[in-house]
Amino acid sequence: MQPISQVEGRAYPLGLKNIDTDIIIPAVWLKTISRTGLGKGAFETLRAVEGNVFDNPEYNGAPILIAGDNFGCGSSREHAAWAMADLGITAVIAPSFSDIFSGNAFKNGLLAIVLPQPAIDRLLEVAKTDPIRIDLETQTVTTPFQDRFEFEIDPFRKHCLLNGVDEIGLTLNSSDAISAYERKLATDRPWLAPTMG
Amino acid sequence: MATFIMSAPQTLYEKIWNAHVVEQRDDGTCLIFIDRHLVHEVTSPQAFEGLRVAGRTVRRPDLTLAVPDHNLPTTARRDGAGNRIPIADPESAAQLDALERNAPAFGIRYIADADLEQGIVHVVGPEQGFSLPGTTIVCGDSHTASHGGLGALAFGIGTSEVEHVLATQTLQLKQSKSMEVRVDGELGPGVSAKDVVLHITGVLGASGGTGYVIEYTGSVIRALSIEGRLTVSNMAIEHGARAGLVAPDDVTFAYLKGRPMAPKGAQWDAAVAYWRSLATDAGAAYDKVVTIDAADIAPSVTWGTSPEDVLPITGSIPDPASFADPSKQVAAQKSLDYMGLSAGTKLTEIEVQNIFIGSCTNSRIEDLRAAAAVLKDRKKADAVKWAIVVPGSGLVKRQAEEEGLDRIFTDAGFEWREPGCSACLGMNPDKVPPGERCASTSNRNFVGRQGPGARTHLVSPAMAAAAAVTGRLTDVRLLI
Repeated sequence: MQPISQVEGRAYPLGLKNIDTDIIIPAVWLKTISRTGLGKGAFETLRAVEGNVFDNPEYNGAPILIAGDNFGCGSSREHAAWAMADLGITAVIAPSFSDIFSGNAFKNGLLAIVLPQPAIDRLLEVAKTDPIRIDLETQTVTTPFQDRFEFEIDPFRKHCLLNGVDEIGLTLNSSDAISAYERKLATDRPWLAPTMG
Repeated sequence: MATFIMSAPQTLYEKIWNAHVVEQRDDGTCLIFIDRHLVHEVTSPQAFEGLRVAGRTVRRPDLTLAVPDHNLPTTARRDGAGNRIPIADPESAAQLDALERNAPAFGIRYIADADLEQGIVHVVGPEQGFSLPGTTIVCGDSHTASHGGLGALAFGIGTSEVEHVLATQTLQLKQSKSMEVRVDGELGPGVSAKDVVLHITGVLGASGGTGYVIEYTGSVIRALSIEGRLTVSNMAIEHGARAGLVAPDDVTFAYLKGRPMAPKGAQWDAAVAYWRSLATDAGAAYDKVVTIDAADIAPSVTWGTSPEDVLPITGSIPDPASFADPSKQVAAQKSLDYMGLSAGTKLTEIEVQNIFIGSCTNSRIEDLRAAAAVLKDRKKADAVKWAIVVPGSGLVKRQAEEEGLDRIFTDAGFEWREPGCSACLGMNPDKVPPGERCASTSNRNFVGRQGPGARTHLVSPAMAAAAAVTGRLTDVRLLI
């Protein structure tokens, strides 16, 4: 994972609630065995509508997306995060995210930032004309108009994002603890070993 | 003299969580051991590739089970001579091929596409006794919550987490909040587990369970079969909860006993004794409690493009302006535009052209029996152009055939297919045409879910059968 500390630029003012993973990337695009190239399927159904924000030249290449409540609900497909990254999006700001999506976003260095609805409403307004800046270190979202919104983030996730930590590598440092747990498990719950009929 | 340390009363969720903590960091993040990992062809190729690139192996192939389901055609997979009928779509074929190569390469037990045991991961796990009470179960699929119906802490993960579990057999997690959803009373005739979970989703909303693990309790849940409990837990994610749980009991043990991968002999007895200790203690506190009266649950149907858009079949399409939340007003109007519906239309006036009976929500034997009971000696309406039944596994299919259910379906004008996820997610060739409606026993009515432009109404198997007979959304209570 690449380290990430700041995101600055234009933002797609999407604003809708319950943007589900099928909207972010329809299942037909999930046939790939690669993580890349999914941007062309991103938000396909929304992009089929004339005048959509994604194809508006005003927002071309915007690194930020602003959405409504419950962003990323539905499927566990990490392809949703991959597709957004492929489209050039590195941060989403919404009042809430589905648990699985926010985890997937985090694993891919895609910031999923929670701000209350009034802040979202203000940012949707600003996004129509001006850039938005996100600073992970200070946990703030700011605009050229002196708006300043602070957001919460799990300290561990913040650390991993700022430093581009390989989470598997980190966990493998605990291999001894995992082995000890497995030995205890074999004694305490030996029936857990699957039988082979 | 022995000393007894009295621990505080715990919920089922807390007991399972505590039993799986390998390490806890100061910030509360825990390294959680994973007892069971189900792998399918769509969300695993990039994870295996990640292992290869990093030179890593699968830590516990014995706790991992791979089976293709999402992207397989549901038409015949072998010809008369037993040779594979090639998958027409090269990308789909490549995905199946990747799993067929990756599983043995990493030492993982693999159920092949034409094996009798093949099916939807969430049907296969319980059916094989791979999924057990009190275990942690993960899969790269959000409907992994299904296995919670057996009393397992089961949840969907993304591909990075699939790779993490393959490499370490653990996940770094923070404990969720706990919610009890208590459903008391008795279900009326024609009201099924699917209606219960649709109703719960309507009450909680699509994000009501976000951040929570839900335990479903109450007399209605207790009275459900395992098939029904799996249906309820399956849709926990549709109200935002990553996992849903039902405490294991004698019904659970009777279901699991003798399953191929379940414990045997003395091990079985030890397991049952442990499982009995898992029920939530008297006096244990949940962070949130929601109570639902069974008398309020009717055969239910969705009208919009979020699973929270649920109404009893006796209802009418709501006016978007009737919602208090302005963002819901916008969403409801968009839903109605997509669905081609207007406020005030009675649900029973809505015509459907497609019927899908299947998915990890409703493709077990009980679901097929419920649908067949309605279809027996009846035929689908001519207006219904496409009606398919996709059993959840080869074993479900065989059982249904032994009971003669396949004949009831085909006599009624349904197609009888091979097991898989099928039209639930519009990934394989089974899709609902643009602009057409489908009464579907699946779990999501999202825009384009069953195919571009497809309009989905989520219902129970009996309600799907009733809609097939009349060609409209129909109150199944009029047909039983």
